[in-house]
Amino acid sequence: MKTNKELEIYIHIPFCVRKCNYCDFLSFPGCEDIHGEYVRALIREVKAYAGLYGNREVSSVFIGGGTPSILDPALTTDISETVFTSFNVAGDVEFTIESNPGTLSDKKLLSYRTAGINRISMGLQSADNDMLRKLGRIHTYEEFLDNYDKARKAGFENINIDLISGLPGESKDGFEKTLRKVTGLRPEHISSYGLIIEPGTPFFDIYGEEAEAEERKSLPSDEEERAIYYMTRDILKDAGYHQYEISNYALKGYECRHNKGYWTRKEYAGFGLGASSMYEELRYKNTPDIGEYLNADFDKNVQTVMADVSSEPFEERDELALKEIKKLSKEESMSEMMFLGLRLNDGVCKQMFYDAYGMLPKDVYGKEIAKFKAEELLDENDKYVYLTKKGMDLANYVMSAFV
Amino acid sequence: MDQQHIRNFCIVAHIDHGKSTLADRIIEKTGLLTQREMQEQVLDNMDLERERGITIKAQTVRTIYKAKNGEEYIFNLIDTPGHVDFNYEVSRALAACDGAILIVDAAQGIEAQTLANVYLALDHDLEVFPVINKIDLPSAEPQRVIEEIEDVIGIEAEGCPLISAKNGIGIEDVLEAVVEKFPAPKGDSAAPLKALIFDSLYDPYKGVIVFVRIFDGTVKKGTPIKMMATGATADVVEVGYFGAGQFIPCDELSAGMVGYITASIKNVKDTAVGDTVTNRENPCENALPGYKKVLSMVYCGLYPADGAKYPDLRDALEKLQLNDASLFYEPETSVALGFGFRCGFLGLLHLEVIQERLEREYNLDLVTTAPGVIYKVYKTNGEMIELTNPSNLPDPSEIDHMEEPVVKAEIMVTKDFIGPIMELCQERRGVYISMEYIEANRALLKYDMPLNEIIYDFFDALKSRSKGYASFDYELKGYERSKLVKLDILINHEEVDALSFIVFEGNAYERGRKMCERLKEEIPRHLFEVPIQAAIGGKIIARETVKALRKDVLAKCYGGDITRKKKLLEKQKEGKKRMRQIGTVEVPQAAFMSVLKLDEDK
Repeated sequence: MKTNKELEIYIHIPFCVRKCNYCDFLSFPGCEDIHGEYVRALIREVKAYAGLYGNREVSSVFIGGGTPSILDPALTTDISETVFTSFNVAGDVEFTIESNPGTLSDKKLLSYRTAGINRISMGLQSADNDMLRKLGRIHTYEEFLDNYDKARKAGFENINIDLISGLPGESKDGFEKTLRKVTGLRPEHISSYGLIIEPGTPFFDIYGEEAEAEERKSLPSDEEERAIYYMTRDILKDAGYHQYEISNYALKGYECRHNKGYWTRKEYAGFGLGASSMYEELRYKNTPDIGEYLNADFDKNVQTVMADVSSEPFEERDELALKEIKKLSKEESMSEMMFLGLRLNDGVCKQMFYDAYGMLPKDVYGKEIAKFKAEELLDENDKYVYLTKKGMDLANYVMSAFV
Repeated sequence: MDQQHIRNFCIVAHIDHGKSTLADRIIEKTGLLTQREMQEQVLDNMDLERERGITIKAQTVRTIYKAKNGEEYIFNLIDTPGHVDFNYEVSRALAACDGAILIVDAAQGIEAQTLANVYLALDHDLEVFPVINKIDLPSAEPQRVIEEIEDVIGIEAEGCPLISAKNGIGIEDVLEAVVEKFPAPKGDSAAPLKALIFDSLYDPYKGVIVFVRIFDGTVKKGTPIKMMATGATADVVEVGYFGAGQFIPCDELSAGMVGYITASIKNVKDTAVGDTVTNRENPCENALPGYKKVLSMVYCGLYPADGAKYPDLRDALEKLQLNDASLFYEPETSVALGFGFRCGFLGLLHLEVIQERLEREYNLDLVTTAPGVIYKVYKTNGEMIELTNPSNLPDPSEIDHMEEPVVKAEIMVTKDFIGPIMELCQERRGVYISMEYIEANRALLKYDMPLNEIIYDFFDALKSRSKGYASFDYELKGYERSKLVKLDILINHEEVDALSFIVFEGNAYERGRKMCERLKEEIPRHLFEVPIQAAIGGKIIARETVKALRKDVLAKCYGGDITRKKKLLEKQKEGKKRMRQIGTVEVPQAAFMSVLKLDEDK
């Protein structure tokens, strides 16, 4: 394998002010009293893994949530310092923090900058206050604008705005207004995800499979949803944002390095509650149980992860703060390279595939690729195998053939 | 023990009136079993029976009762199946008895099956006495029910035992009545052997275990026996009687007794229920009356969901048939479903029971085609064929006419629901025969109805339209000429043989439309439009379209939780595997089943 590999770091902050109505991420509202204890455990974890990841060069750090910006900025600084002192962080690192507009202040933003954070991701979701209320967001569009200005003033030159399309009761025109407002602000990066009604959320009770047909009708049909998606692509393109992934758009030079890392199978170390990691060809995941996490013996976790790189098969390990550990076979690894790579507009890089497995995608998936090319869902050029526009509409249909 | 101290009897009732519970109490009170040994319902052995609260196979138990007169009596309690599908088994079990306890629910009173069963018992010249059960229910009206029994059935009910089988109230009265009211058997032990087979089951070690009631003569180890109807012969290996849940060997069985015989018989088909066992060296003159060959009434195709499981399905059917001579099967192939079996059943319940046992006990995933009846097809060349698979219907030009089986249906319903139930019967092509009030608030409706109209979901419809206040029973009347057509379903212009069925011409349009609607819901969107059409003889009568798939993408990031994304994709792929490929269209297994229940509310 290659030497001096790149590494991405993900840090999970499982706290927020309140759960949004659509949210199924691992996050607890309130809980201010354990923020400090959690960050201490997090710092122990980061330090414990420093040796394992050794000399890898950290190209990206991403603090996600939950709402990481809910933390006292001093805690964020502690986390950042631990990362910088424990890992070999690249000079041009992309260091992102997710934030909820409504939790930011000048002081916080400045403190992030001082801590080395150079990219901020703001969860706006919609520029329509009625929609924000429906989603259960804690902020208005005006509060977002105020926070956005503050971030610019604090010196953030790389800002992402998160949007959600396909909201119940929102027309195509409604979302167009949001897009127009947001592009007017010229953030460097825009993520626009289609709403997913996840089981266990309040939205599921109202709009889910078992809910009243009448309520479900306020969600866009597949045809309407696609029309909104195409509109998003067009408006953003006209405004100078190119699409590089199914749901992500950026100005030239501002594609999210961290995001792309996942789809190109860069190694990443996830720290914090429920965080996922990929080390060598091993995928492991932390416990989602906060009690277990706070009391975890992370050195033991590291030993387990190290042991598992060389030993097979793996046993269940209830006593550890690890939820899943799985060494991927070559077939599984190849399958991932395909279905993950297809999320990118570039597609799956043939050279990268060949470097990793000594074969080309067509040698392994010739039948599938030919079928999807015939259905006009896949296409290829010298360098890449990629989804066509029609293929992007049916990405899961295509991807599922590669698992 | 002499015959004077034997009582052979059964319990008859409408479903849910407490037959099995009373049987349990009788076994408990007669003392051969301690309470600890009792399973909740001793006689209902199969899991399925316990879950559904119905008895499918007749069970029998011998107990000893010490009566108030100080003498000990042998009670042979023969449990009978409680469903119309098993009417013939019921009639043979009754033929093995001398008396029948009639249980009637103190709140519900007489129901359709109460009448059917009691008439069946009276037809067999059994002594019948009623027992009013569930008297501790707040809604119990024992006096009203007593009057109803006397008025409607015409047997004496005043002074009958008032009991609660569930809570063990009044059981002693029942036991005493068994001794006093039921006659002792009157057979001649010295005469040639004459025994009735009322059930049999296959045991891997003993071979077929034959359940018999000895009318005349004696049978013991070594007796050379012969089944008079099937002609099978064997030498007896063991005789014995029925403990609760076990077989207890004894030296001999003589006139009046109920017990079992084993004789290294390998196939239950040789020991048909209703047949007479005799001594082949010293045979009796005449067989017992009433034997008939059991015929399948309902047919369907059973296919393994995974084609590779075909041998497993065959093995499972073979094993089930060892114990169930009324199950018929033969291999068939379907273009849509591959290799499978055309299976014949006594009725829809029997079908469901077999299907569930295959799925549960043999772990098979099945696809079932629409159940149908046997049609008689008279061809222009004078030939007649019995049609069990719609795909085999000859070209319409070769058909002169067709006949379908018709049943005599009896429905008992409270006054408020007579209207809706008559409407239902009319919709199902019922021919009104009569209506009589059996009491001020309840009527007995009689209809002649085509069997194919009741094998789908008639029970469900009856239940929902009467809010549960209707009960139903039927028997085969015969075959009648009818205008029938074959309805074909085309998916993406390709005919799907497994979805074809025979339908009354007048209902064909409606059926076809509903089938298309239902299939539209079941078939997932494809990359292209999928037309679903219903056709009769090549003429399209209904059409729906599954629109092309426009969106199948969920692009969340999950903070790098690739495993989660992968699981979702795996699930999607798994789902595809469970589909049947019909041309270029993938049809879920469930689609073949869902079209059976067309009348259900969506």
